[in-house]
Amino acid sequence: MKLRAYYHALGRRRFIQAAVFLAFVLFFFGPLVNTLMIAFADKYNYAEHPYFLPSTLSLTWWKFVLTQKNLVSSIALSFVVAILATSLSLLVCLPAAYAFARFKFPGKHFFQFSFLFANAFPKMGLYVSIAIIFYKLNLMGTFPGVLLIHLLGTLMYMTWIPAGAFRNVHKNQEEAARDVGATPFQAFRHVTLPLAMPGIMVACIFTFLQSLEEAQGTLLVGVPNFKTIPVVMYGVIYDYPATAGAVFAVILVLPTLILLSVFRRFVGADAMAAGFKMK
Amino acid sequence: MADSAKLRLTGVTKLYKNGDGVRGIDLEVGEGELVTLLGPSGCGKTTILRVVGGFLDADEGRVVLGGQDITRLPPERRPTSMVFQSYNLWPHMTVFENLAFGLKLRKIPRETIAEDVRRFLSLVRIEGSEGKYPTQLSGGQQQRVAIARALILKPQMLLMDEPFSALDAKIRVQMREELKKIQQDLGITVLFVTHDQEEAMSISDRVVVMSKGRFEQIDTPARVYDEPATRFVAEFMGNMNFIDLGDGELVAVRPENLALRPAGSGQKQGRISTVMVLGHFLEINVEAEGGPLKAFMPRESGAQYRVGDAVGLEIGRHRRFPREQAPAAGA
Repeated sequence: MKLRAYYHALGRRRFIQAAVFLAFVLFFFGPLVNTLMIAFADKYNYAEHPYFLPSTLSLTWWKFVLTQKNLVSSIALSFVVAILATSLSLLVCLPAAYAFARFKFPGKHFFQFSFLFANAFPKMGLYVSIAIIFYKLNLMGTFPGVLLIHLLGTLMYMTWIPAGAFRNVHKNQEEAARDVGATPFQAFRHVTLPLAMPGIMVACIFTFLQSLEEAQGTLLVGVPNFKTIPVVMYGVIYDYPATAGAVFAVILVLPTLILLSVFRRFVGADAMAAGFKMK
Repeated sequence: MADSAKLRLTGVTKLYKNGDGVRGIDLEVGEGELVTLLGPSGCGKTTILRVVGGFLDADEGRVVLGGQDITRLPPERRPTSMVFQSYNLWPHMTVFENLAFGLKLRKIPRETIAEDVRRFLSLVRIEGSEGKYPTQLSGGQQQRVAIARALILKPQMLLMDEPFSALDAKIRVQMREELKKIQQDLGITVLFVTHDQEEAMSISDRVVVMSKGRFEQIDTPARVYDEPATRFVAEFMGNMNFIDLGDGELVAVRPENLALRPAGSGQKQGRISTVMVLGHFLEINVEAEGGPLKAFMPRESGAQYRVGDAVGLEIGRHRRFPREQAPAAGA
């Protein structure tokens, strides 16, 4: 028995560790590798084909996806929305984050908690009631409407994580800046902001990725005028073979991988822990 | 002194919600003088310093510096510079950038800034550290940079909030000697806050001893030590024996003014409980009626004393305080 040989060679502890690690790798990377494989398959049908692997590899579906005008425009739209949503979220949430970190005011804990509400409800129920308000405000099917929906899901990241980052900047460091002649804004701009930047970067990455994969709200508010990648994916999954869906999935995964690798040093357990520290 | 006062606080009151704070403070600091606010934590010394620096608004009273009323000015418009206890330097800036920041805000030309930074770094004796980040420096070096950063703006007054208390004992002593020298060379006025009475004694021109938001005594270090105005000052500064001779008053006598005599002579009788060699002198603790007493004496003249010996104690120079002022306690 080969397995027994391994068991005795490694010892019980190491063997269990190896087994758990293997399960872990399969669980996380299995779907990803599978998706990658299917994205480059010519034809793929797990039921008909006798083998797990696709018979021929090709870029057929990449060509197909990238030549579909509405598909390409949805990719562009997704990125435009994600960038705008992140910028808007920064503008709205950073001042709030600073206030949560620095000032005492009545109802502070309640307000900070309220930024979680959007993430606490079942999304669809929330969106439906929002849709009613949007109809009244003529925001259904409009670009601002889509942006607002995207903003909603990012509020928690963009206030909690930067608030933790701001809190970690010692107040004496701001005071020292004031002392040498900086106005409150200059002290923020030259001392607090740069020191909190790692936390803010983490929040931006999360916000960007969250917006990039937001589907339900966009489906409800944006369709038929505004279709982002995840929305279009619903249609693709129904109308085209799995291979086209896989291509889309890979396109969605790519920015995540790139962002995470570029900002790897910011996205650590420490930064996260600092962000979610309640005070 | 009244006419040449550089800093004048008049009736300054600053109270916190819990009732702590300072009330009706009057203080004058002369040009080129180093005045220390000394007291236990919570006595309000830092509150006064922060009111002068502009980090706290006074509830009442006026702060006048160099003839200008600065009571309502924000910190950035006050001609004061502060050195904090810790978290002083901006960790994302190099030493050069730390020093240059205030000058850049003042739109000083680049060449002047570079020259000034060099000059002030050499003043605090850390030449050539311009390119380093604060985390690459030791605690003492960081505090030197902080002092240079404060001095480079040529403030009318330097404010120091327990600047050396986070440092090792040895470096602390070295730093305060250097600070004293720099202060004298530049002739700069300094308001210094500490809870360390030895530090206050060694660097100050005058010491303000504080307790619970009040001034107990304002005097030179020698007079504060030799002639404490209140029971609190007597207890807080150095070692002090309090002896009840039964006449309604307490006699306060320093250990060096308490002499050991043969049993039967002197005003107090007791038995030696410990003899400790503290470098060049001996600390002898005597168990007397009414509590333990401490005496310092030179090594050679105290060599014959042994633990358990019965001795008499002769009270030398001393002060008297009313007995009921506070519960009797040895210092």
